[in-house]
Amino acid sequence: MMSQSSVKSKRPVKINPEAGSFKEPETAGKVVYDTKELNLWYSETHALKDVNLSFREKEVTAIIGPSGCGKSTYIKTLNRMVELVPGVRTTGEITYKGKNILDRSFKVEELRTKVGMVFQKPNPFPKSIYENIAYGPKIHGIRNKKVLDEIVERSLRGAYIWDEVKDRLNENAYGLSGGQQQRLCIARCLAIEPEVILMDEPTSALDPKSTLRIEELVQELKKEYSIIIVTHNMQQAARISDKTAFFLNGEVIEFNETNTIFTNPADSRTEDYISGRFG
Amino acid sequence: MNQVNATKMEKRMNARIRKNNLLKGVFLLATLFGLAVLAILLVRVVTQGAAWLDWDFITGRLSTSADRAGIMGAILGTMWLMVVVIPVTLIIGVGSAIYLELYAKKGKLQSFIQTNISNLAGVPSIVYGLLGLTIFSRAMGLGNAALAGGLTLSLLVLPILIVSSQEAIRAVPKYLAEASFGMGATKWQTIKNVILPASIPSILTGAILSLSRAIGETAPLTVLGIPALLIPFPEGLFDTFTALPMQIYYWTLDSSLVKEYAYLAAATIIVLLVLLFLLNSVAIFIRNKFQQRY
Amino acid sequence: MPTNSGKPKQNAVNVREMIEEKRSSRNISNITEKLIPTILFIIASISVLTTIGIIYTLLSEAIEFFKIVPIWEFFTGTVLKPLSQNPEFGVLPLINGTIISSLIAMLVAGPIGIMSAVYLSEYASERVRRVLKPLLEVLAGIPTIVYGFFAFTFVTPVIRSIFPAVDATNILSPGIVMGVMIIPMIASLSEDAMTSVPNAMREGSLAMGATKLETTFKVVIPAAFSGIIASFVLGISRAVGETMIVTIASGSSKNFTFDITQSMQTMTAYIVEVSGGEAAAGTTIYYSLYAVALTLFVFTLIMNLLARYVSRKFREEY
Repeated sequence: MMSQSSVKSKRPVKINPEAGSFKEPETAGKVVYDTKELNLWYSETHALKDVNLSFREKEVTAIIGPSGCGKSTYIKTLNRMVELVPGVRTTGEITYKGKNILDRSFKVEELRTKVGMVFQKPNPFPKSIYENIAYGPKIHGIRNKKVLDEIVERSLRGAYIWDEVKDRLNENAYGLSGGQQQRLCIARCLAIEPEVILMDEPTSALDPKSTLRIEELVQELKKEYSIIIVTHNMQQAARISDKTAFFLNGEVIEFNETNTIFTNPADSRTEDYISGRFG
Repeated sequence: MNQVNATKMEKRMNARIRKNNLLKGVFLLATLFGLAVLAILLVRVVTQGAAWLDWDFITGRLSTSADRAGIMGAILGTMWLMVVVIPVTLIIGVGSAIYLELYAKKGKLQSFIQTNISNLAGVPSIVYGLLGLTIFSRAMGLGNAALAGGLTLSLLVLPILIVSSQEAIRAVPKYLAEASFGMGATKWQTIKNVILPASIPSILTGAILSLSRAIGETAPLTVLGIPALLIPFPEGLFDTFTALPMQIYYWTLDSSLVKEYAYLAAATIIVLLVLLFLLNSVAIFIRNKFQQRY
Repeated sequence: MPTNSGKPKQNAVNVREMIEEKRSSRNISNITEKLIPTILFIIASISVLTTIGIIYTLLSEAIEFFKIVPIWEFFTGTVLKPLSQNPEFGVLPLINGTIISSLIAMLVAGPIGIMSAVYLSEYASERVRRVLKPLLEVLAGIPTIVYGFFAFTFVTPVIRSIFPAVDATNILSPGIVMGVMIIPMIASLSEDAMTSVPNAMREGSLAMGATKLETTFKVVIPAAFSGIIASFVLGISRAVGETMIVTIASGSSKNFTFDITQSMQTMTAYIVEVSGGEAAAGTTIYYSLYAVALTLFVFTLIMNLLARYVSRKFREEY
């Protein structure tokens, strides 16, 4: 089974040359994330410049662009993980369901409970498979063993790894292969039932076969979750995403339906990147 | 004109190579010198002490008669010291390390505390003895109780444990903490559930090494006036005590009066070294067995 | 996918709701979250308090001492007779003993330590290194009291059997043994300095036909020089602060002499003698303890700061 979205042709949409302010068809889902005039500095480096983007429910949005274009920084701003880097400053706003998450009074823990994240390198904890999945529910106060058992099973099934690990739930997660580890990390993320899943180049450390499985998984997850995925791999973006945003030097150059971006880009720089002329 | 005379150069080359090989031997001998002394020391101690080391010696009470003397009191005293040193250094050492690595903002205060710790590590142990004498023994009125000795030794080895715990925490990969934060865990939840469990083997290794440093120390205890007289076995932290190194010290000093005391000292050294050896083996075992490879 | 054993089931357990529910009852953990940094800060400041404690204790009691014995007399006096009817408190015999014992120690530890470092870093194969290094570490892990015993009951008798003129307690024997104790420290610090010299520098020299020995002395050691110096300074500091070996093997004569066959007292040994001898609090001799300790503290502090300064400069070189 292959991804459907790239095959399915979408209604032609009018292209507004101004990045980010692309007009949605009426039928689209509700906006979950809305970024307005976001600027971000690492000490002196201006890493994100006037970013305007919005993401809708139950869609897969891919963020593409060459290394150092700010795509990873941007996705980490969406759950404020970027703050772990000392010396970060931001202006502008990002609203999540109408609330500005960059506001100091906004509780990051609450945000990160609703917005899960999958990282570049699989990063399971050096604990058992079971404990990895139960970690999230446990820190949020769920201690009932029966409930936890159920969550663990459901999450592992959700990430399509249950059959591979059900007989060794108590073994260390480091015994799994890289691809399995990454699916475990996705399962761990599902355990707290987030509304949005951020994926920061989730397949860059994996072999092609594992990559394919993750891509299939993303297609499944889309039915329940909104997914924002940063990727280095343009074919991947084309295969799995509904919409694509192209970043260059900290700016959003173009944001549109994936089909349009890949077949009929509005900006010559997007075309250059997609046709492999740089990056 | 040819500036380099080939035959001359070859001759000199051979000499240079010979010199190189000769000095390589000298360097090796120098390296072995320290080990040779170590071997002599151990052989001396064992040959002098082994004959006196029996069950009665280990379980016996102190006596002025060499034949009947035992070191149970000193063993118990060292044990009580460990009872104080282990929790005190672990709590303060790991707590300080967590603060410095994970909470303190990089800046003047943090680097001040850090510099202070490395300076403390260079303060002679005897100076800690005076600190303990003034504060724990006199100001707090603990006299020469095991608690006073234990607290003094704790302060002495704290810098070692803080630094090694910091290294252990720093070695935990950032992505583990990120995974935890990414699920909405708070900072303390992340530390408690992810960072500490991952660094605990290295922390314990450091703790055991600093513990073995503490129980081998003599100088601070001499300042506290720890006796090696005929005192009852210490039964608690507030009892007067003696410790293995103190026992060795007094018997060594008195060996010029009673020759057998040297043998008793040697036998006590064997006990102390075996104890240290066991502690270090546990540390190495923990390091090899539980160290997570990322 | 081969075995898709099911989609996420929608059923009884609703995690989102449960998390919401728990959140409202998590005030306690919010308080913990705020308290923990404060508690940890207090714990971390214990090390600062220790320093303050040391400096305050030494200074306040030493000041009492200098009220009785003028500071000038203390630092220039060559006679130390604390227990006599007319006590004299000159610290020079102690400083002299300290310097001489440290010098002897460094004469042993310096050359042997640096030669060991050269061997381990430049000559030894990886296998040999992996055996020798931990063994040298063992030398550093032996308690000083054991070295004291060794100096007193073995090294001194051996020296005396060769040179009968040597006293039963003398500064030579503990000096040598202290040197042995410091070897691992100098060896491992110097080795660190040498191994951090970039290999490209060695290769440059070796490629011109220089032997390893020439490369070591003309390239590696000059490049690692400040690191080696730092290890020496730390070694001296360690010798100056060392207590038990000299206390046991050098006796308690307060001779002001350069004759290494005689008994001399170091600052550390004086502190052991006086504090162990039940000096009543408030007496001049009791206060002298702190004056000597303060001198010792300043000595080692300067040495440690110097070593850190030198080795930091060294790190900037590459």
